[in-house]
Amino acid sequence: MRHLLSTADLDVTTAVRILDTAAQMAATQSREIKKLPTLRGRTVVNLFFEDSTRTRISFETAAKRLSADVINFSAKGSSVSKGESLKDTALTLQAMGADAVVIRHQASGAPHTLAASGWVDSSVINAGDGTHQHPTQALLDAYTMRRHLAGDAVGVGDVGRDLSGLRVVIVGDVLHSRVARSNVLLLRTLGADVTLVAPPTLVPVGVEAWPCRVSYDLDPVLRDQQPDAVMMLRVQRERMTGGGSGGGAFFPNPVEYTRGYGLDRRRLALLPDHAIVMHPGPMNRGLEISADAADSPRAVIVEQVTNGVAVRMAVLYLLLAGDLAEQKNVEERVVVA
Amino acid sequence: MTRPTRYLLRGVAPLGGDPTDLLLADGVIAAVGPHLDVSDVARGGARSGSDNSVVEIDARGLVALPGLVDLHTHLREPGREDAETIASGTRAAALGGFTAVHAMANTTPVADTAGVVEQVWRLGRDAGWVDVHPVGAVSVGLAGEQLAELGAMAASAARVRVFSDDGSCVADPVLMRRALEYVKAFDGVIAQHAQEPRLTAGAQMHEGVVSAELGLAGWPAVAEEAIIARDVLLAEHVGSRLHVCHLSTAGSVEIVRWAKSRGIAVTAEVTPHHLVLTDDLARGYDPVYKVNPPLRTAADVEAVRAGLADGTIDIVATDHAPHTREDKDCEWAAAAHGMTGLETALSVVQQTMIDTGRLTWADVARVLSTAPAEIGRVSGHGRPLEIGEPANVTLVDPAARWTVVPEEQGTASVNSPFRGRELPGRVVATFLRGRATVLDGAAVTPGAAVTPGSAVTPGSAVTPGSAGADARATAGVGA
Amino acid sequence: MSPGPAVPVPQSTVVLGEADIARALTRIAHEVLERNKGGADLVLLGIPTRGVPLAHRLADRLVSVEPGLDRESLAGALDVTMYRDDLRRHPARPIGQTQLPASGIDDLVVVLVDDVLYSGRTIRAALDAISDLGRPRAVQLAALVDRGHRELPIRADYVGKNLPTSQAERVRVLLRESDGEDAVLIESSAEAPRPGPGPAVGTERGAR
Repeated sequence: MRHLLSTADLDVTTAVRILDTAAQMAATQSREIKKLPTLRGRTVVNLFFEDSTRTRISFETAAKRLSADVINFSAKGSSVSKGESLKDTALTLQAMGADAVVIRHQASGAPHTLAASGWVDSSVINAGDGTHQHPTQALLDAYTMRRHLAGDAVGVGDVGRDLSGLRVVIVGDVLHSRVARSNVLLLRTLGADVTLVAPPTLVPVGVEAWPCRVSYDLDPVLRDQQPDAVMMLRVQRERMTGGGSGGGAFFPNPVEYTRGYGLDRRRLALLPDHAIVMHPGPMNRGLEISADAADSPRAVIVEQVTNGVAVRMAVLYLLLAGDLAEQKNVEERVVVA
Repeated sequence: MTRPTRYLLRGVAPLGGDPTDLLLADGVIAAVGPHLDVSDVARGGARSGSDNSVVEIDARGLVALPGLVDLHTHLREPGREDAETIASGTRAAALGGFTAVHAMANTTPVADTAGVVEQVWRLGRDAGWVDVHPVGAVSVGLAGEQLAELGAMAASAARVRVFSDDGSCVADPVLMRRALEYVKAFDGVIAQHAQEPRLTAGAQMHEGVVSAELGLAGWPAVAEEAIIARDVLLAEHVGSRLHVCHLSTAGSVEIVRWAKSRGIAVTAEVTPHHLVLTDDLARGYDPVYKVNPPLRTAADVEAVRAGLADGTIDIVATDHAPHTREDKDCEWAAAAHGMTGLETALSVVQQTMIDTGRLTWADVARVLSTAPAEIGRVSGHGRPLEIGEPANVTLVDPAARWTVVPEEQGTASVNSPFRGRELPGRVVATFLRGRATVLDGAAVTPGAAVTPGSAVTPGSAVTPGSAGADARATAGVGA
Repeated sequence: MSPGPAVPVPQSTVVLGEADIARALTRIAHEVLERNKGGADLVLLGIPTRGVPLAHRLADRLVSVEPGLDRESLAGALDVTMYRDDLRRHPARPIGQTQLPASGIDDLVVVLVDDVLYSGRTIRAALDAISDLGRPRAVQLAALVDRGHRELPIRADYVGKNLPTSQAERVRVLLRESDGEDAVLIESSAEAPRPGPGPAVGTERGAR
């Protein structure tokens, strides 16, 4: 593994390996001394073209727990001149000797462009690109599901397991959601069964090629499928207005959205006892998720944040700790064999 | 005073037919027939009281076509001379076998006045590679609000007949109606860039399976088809001519087919890239494949090929859209739309239509020369290869294969989607009114004398002493 | 995974059999008890992969000598992967599990248990890992095989067998728990030792 750009690139072996590594990383994080010397002398750059304090802090914590040097490069606002800024920023990072670039960008595919451009030698980790992918979010979601639903909940009883047989329902703005795209592919790879639920305006044309089911009606899905996990997606405010121009809103108003697709106390009661409630954050309480659901014992939303650090430590470890040239040789040998 | 060089094309196959000889002299096709006698030709020269020079070209195996006419070229000058100039773009056109191009209006300033179109026309004439026919903007500044001075542009030295806001759609139905009506006064045509703007706000690629996966905002086929449907009905209503630029979807083909069956005066073009490339190419996020209208699906590619084969689509036009490196060397969303095409068009048409048996070379002459000349009301181009016709002739070697290296092309930009691909067919020579603009696949600088015994361009094979291994042209010496 | 082109079939010699290994472990167990004056306040931490079953076998023996010992907290595992100094010379390694007594290792005597002692770098990493986990009263080292070629000032307190080798040779330890049989083999190959990932049955983590 040279870069982490999309969950589409992960096979089940690699995905389970990341989750297993994350489990070991998580074990170290309950210790008094949480810092490990593993990435001493390596440099991780957080290159954020889009604000996301939560994701940046998570990556920063993960890198620092592994003793890497962290440089935060907030490029927001300097990306005005199209394109050049990404290239020139990349060349700057290259000159500074970054070993890994963690990139968040508003343009779908920007991490691919960075990884394929030859502008940098570093590993590229996609921390969210446009409406495309957010692979570490999907990995931390899968890790959280595995802990609660696939193991004996001790934390390591689930090591080595995938998510075969789990039923997961993802609800909300699928159209604009990199979280949904990443999760659908990863969950399928791990053997889970995914159903997307959204108003038709928030389902992309072309979704029929995705390895999941799609429904417009939340109640029967919750009642009939009895999902093991329900993931609520954030609804962005601008979707309600269509970005300011008339007629472009994706649904009539917040009340109607909540009525059709919000997770409230009544819908919570439809779930089986063991089911967990997830949300990538930040939440719009009262819109896609009610306080009852967000604060219920089955909500694992805060734990998702905690697990994010362990998962990102695992990704940084797997990308940076080994010798890339050697890995490449191994891969070539596998191909030859 | 040296008289212009005459060319005797030996054993050439006009429109792919039986081999014969063509004599190009005094700007026209002076003689056609098998085994033309060199001494007769030379005497012909003597009668006119000038020197006897005739360059004889061994054209066996080559197909002769009327010089190609592009109805849709972006030459970028004035305004973006860093991407292309009229000189570089028309040189690229000549290398691609063209003798006339229509220069789109979306320059800076926009070609929406007689002054700008005359400037473009003059720069084209001065460059001397091809005839440049400026396209006039439909609306002032391409803003889609107020009609530009269509009449003044038509009456100018540039004699504009094609009007287009290409790059933008004339979305306002009232403005479109007025434009269609207004150009009837001077037999003009409105070339519509069919793109419903509200359905394509922020659009990045064809809306479908691939866009859903890549998270790129979709450009739905219906945004093109809805405008075409509206426009053919408007054209019918006002009895005017409509031309549909770069049609790209199966649905658009159906609508145009229906409109033609009703007798509506609509013509349509397809680009070479829409004849072969699909939206799958976006998967690597390489902006060289970002274009407007976007690359569509394999089913759409098949539909436009079928439409071109059955005549629903009248012409192939390049939509040659050069862009600077910085406009493509970036993330997909930030990149400019467009790809170069002048120098690959004929090869792509051969690959997709000739080599698949769907068109003959005579058909190619129609879709790349005769029909576009007719739509653009260009005189002197797209004519039959007969005695007395203007000597606008392109020689193609259909057996050749070549690999596209954008850096080696005549265009000033390198955004070719065909980089590294091997394509069939190669333009060997282009003649503009009897003057060679391309010989042996190399550009011949206008004004440079091509006479027996003098090298045309370094490395070219016009003179016997410099013949390369693949030399096709050899100099014949007059009696 | 293919090992690559034309690796000569290694010549392997069994230097310790099942009975030899059992005897060596029993002797080490007695030495540990003797030196520490009993098994109280002791914890045996095996270094994955093959150090862990060895630690458990030693713990079984301690308990059989001193039945009052708490078998449960007597043996654990200490993964040192994230403390290694040669991470960049290999593909990213899977991280093993660390299991400590519930009460931690403060003020205990930690006996590190590994299968082969070679360069000493693994033990260096283990000492670093221990210092992040607590402050034991003392740290001792038990190795089933000491094959020499130390690169750091480290020595074992308890050795099953000293095995002088050349650097071109490989020492492989097979254990019932992971390999189905107990044996120590020396393999010599015409080729220089290959760098990179060894076969699954690997030892000698302390690469040069």
